[in-house]
Amino acid sequence: MNINQNPIILNVDNLHASIQDTEILKGINLTVRSGEIHAIMGLNGSGKSTFAKVLAGHPDYHVTQGSIQYEQQDLLELSAEERAQAGVFLAFQYPIEIPGVANSQFLRLAYNTVQAKRGKEELDPLEFDDFVREKMKLLEMKPDFLDRSVNEGFSGGEKKRNEILQMALLEPKLGILDETDSGLDIDALKIVAKGVNHLHNTGNAIILITHYQRLLDHIVPDFVHVMEAGRIIKTGGKELALELETHGYDWIHNDQKRAAGAST
Amino acid sequence: MSETMANDYLDCLLNALPADSWNSGAQDRLDWLRRLRNEAIDQAGRLRFPTVKDEEWRFTDVSPLAKLPYKPAQKTSALRLSDIQPFCIAESAHRLVFVDGFFSPDLSRLSKDNQFIIGNLAAPTLTKTPLAEAHLGQHVQFRDNFFAALNTAFLQDGALIVLPENCAVSAPIHLLFIATQEQTTQYPRCLLIGERNSQATVIEDYVALGANAYITNSVAEFSLADNAQINHIRVQRESGSAFHLASSAVALEQDSQYRSVSITLGALISRFNLDVEFNAQAAECTIDGLAMIAGRQLADTHTRIDHAKPHCTSHQQHKCIVDDSSHAVFNGKIIVRPHAQRTNSSQSSRNLLLSGKAQIDTKPQLEIFADDVKCAHGATVGQLDNEEIFYLKSRGLNELIARNLLTYAFGAEVLDRIPVPSLKHTLEQAILNKTTQNS
Ligand SMILES: Nc1ncnc2c1ncn2[C@@H]1O[C@H](COP(=O)(O)OP(=O)(O)O)[C@@H](O)[C@H]1O
Ligand SMILES: [Mg+2]
Repeated sequence: MNINQNPIILNVDNLHASIQDTEILKGINLTVRSGEIHAIMGLNGSGKSTFAKVLAGHPDYHVTQGSIQYEQQDLLELSAEERAQAGVFLAFQYPIEIPGVANSQFLRLAYNTVQAKRGKEELDPLEFDDFVREKMKLLEMKPDFLDRSVNEGFSGGEKKRNEILQMALLEPKLGILDETDSGLDIDALKIVAKGVNHLHNTGNAIILITHYQRLLDHIVPDFVHVMEAGRIIKTGGKELALELETHGYDWIHNDQKRAAGAST
Repeated sequence: MSETMANDYLDCLLNALPADSWNSGAQDRLDWLRRLRNEAIDQAGRLRFPTVKDEEWRFTDVSPLAKLPYKPAQKTSALRLSDIQPFCIAESAHRLVFVDGFFSPDLSRLSKDNQFIIGNLAAPTLTKTPLAEAHLGQHVQFRDNFFAALNTAFLQDGALIVLPENCAVSAPIHLLFIATQEQTTQYPRCLLIGERNSQATVIEDYVALGANAYITNSVAEFSLADNAQINHIRVQRESGSAFHLASSAVALEQDSQYRSVSITLGALISRFNLDVEFNAQAAECTIDGLAMIAGRQLADTHTRIDHAKPHCTSHQQHKCIVDDSSHAVFNGKIIVRPHAQRTNSSQSSRNLLLSGKAQIDTKPQLEIFADDVKCAHGATVGQLDNEEIFYLKSRGLNELIARNLLTYAFGAEVLDRIPVPSLKHTLEQAILNKTTQNS
């Protein structure tokens, strides 16, 4: 585990969130500093995607308690688009298909909107085309993909690469990757990992939600958190993921029992 | 409306029939035309003005039409080319312009070396064409269509296109109908005759100068001989106060292919009837439609595809986008006659409701009497998808832009089928602007 005194990008304090009156998140605490990579692991249904969507501002989820500070702002005060403009980016576990909207059109619109909000230069279609093709090379994407509708008919791997491409264009301060590795073969996984590592620097931070150690072989986390029933029940360094891989999630419970037993 | 009112309406109209060139003088060669018009006058008298009690007009109340004194339009002082410039289509080398229903040679553009016939139906040389007699009024069902009967009764100027055998016209043909007068009725008419192996793209385009209230009552007849291939783009962008009543009839011979895209954006009340008749085997049609309306607009599309012969294919996709208190109606009838084996037919009606007060009535009607057929159909009514909106917002787009983009995308699938890039672009912009205004 690193000792990092970089500025705090995200501070989540006792976060509770519900959907349709069902509480899913039950008191999450998490501090992320710039330059850090955090992995969040946990069984299906433990609330990882819910946490990611609450960070991104999905309107169906209601925060009932706690707070989220993002770069000295109250994140909960910002709408989803304001969060994106301020540098929060969620790579979706299930990217949405939007028939009828060309990928190139969508990417340019998103890019220019965010650039304008950040007081930076917008690109015309030709300039943008050069720019996006450069980024696509990094992710080894076929050029024809720009002409297709957003995610429509994309394979699982293509959709995930498209998410990372969007991340590359929008240059977030806080990238949240929700199971970006699921459904990728090992080659695609390496390409995606290379892309993410390329985007990561000391000025930003990444939260990786994953089930599998194999992603963490390629993107090495500073912290690993284990989520269960809407809480982070254990935090450790990168070796925690290896222990989980070897012993399974039950091991944590036994481990906690042992710890509890030892302290009495 | 009462029957007396309806008959008064007709009397009032018929009294107004102008003494035009076709009625005056002893032009024996035009006997057939006089007969046709007289028959249409009789039929219009026999058929009542439709009311919501008629099954075919259940959702579409046209009584506001009869309340206003819409007299036939008069020939007006000439428009200038600059007036119609915004409606011109870059790719089209051939353009016929009709102002309030009257042919305007000055605004039209016809290249001299034509391999095909194009011009005003009422021009003596064209009316003489035996083909005109053989086809005019022979495809549209004016015997059970009040408004088509009226159009035929008032028949004067119109667009005539005859494509001889093996003639392929590469540049699109633009038929531009411009309404300029308040409280009048115009009666546009189109007749296209495509002979064996002919090919063309025809744009039938209804526009207005200003925001006048008027009636367009139009009829188009398309006859495709063996292996003819016709693209037909129909654009209804009338003024928002107008009434638009239109019928298209398409007759298909063996191996012919008819592809149409019909876009409905304008008019306060509009009704479009499209009838496709398969008269021989192995013909194909693709008919797509998009209606995008708002405010208090009503747009009604009734289509009827008659698989009267075996081995024909029809594909239909109809989409409606309704906002505010607008109301869209779609009735898509597909008939497969008993001997029309190996018919392949698909129909999809998809509808997007942008407001809680908007209304959609969609009714696919399949009447299948043959057993060896493939027929698929479906209808959906939905709203914008919240997950799609969130996805776009999570990439920085604001709510309004996200909604506009998704609305546009819904319609784009139909616009994409327009094979004339500049027109497609113009309509894309029109739809984007319409979305922006409505939001
Ligand atoms: N729309 C919803 N309504 C009710 N419960 C939901 C809804 N979405 C997710 N949940 C529940 O929330 C819990 C957490 O789900 P999720 O955040 O997707 O978990 P994870 O990503 O860790 O697999 C699950 O028990 C799931 O059933
Ligand atoms: Mg999940």
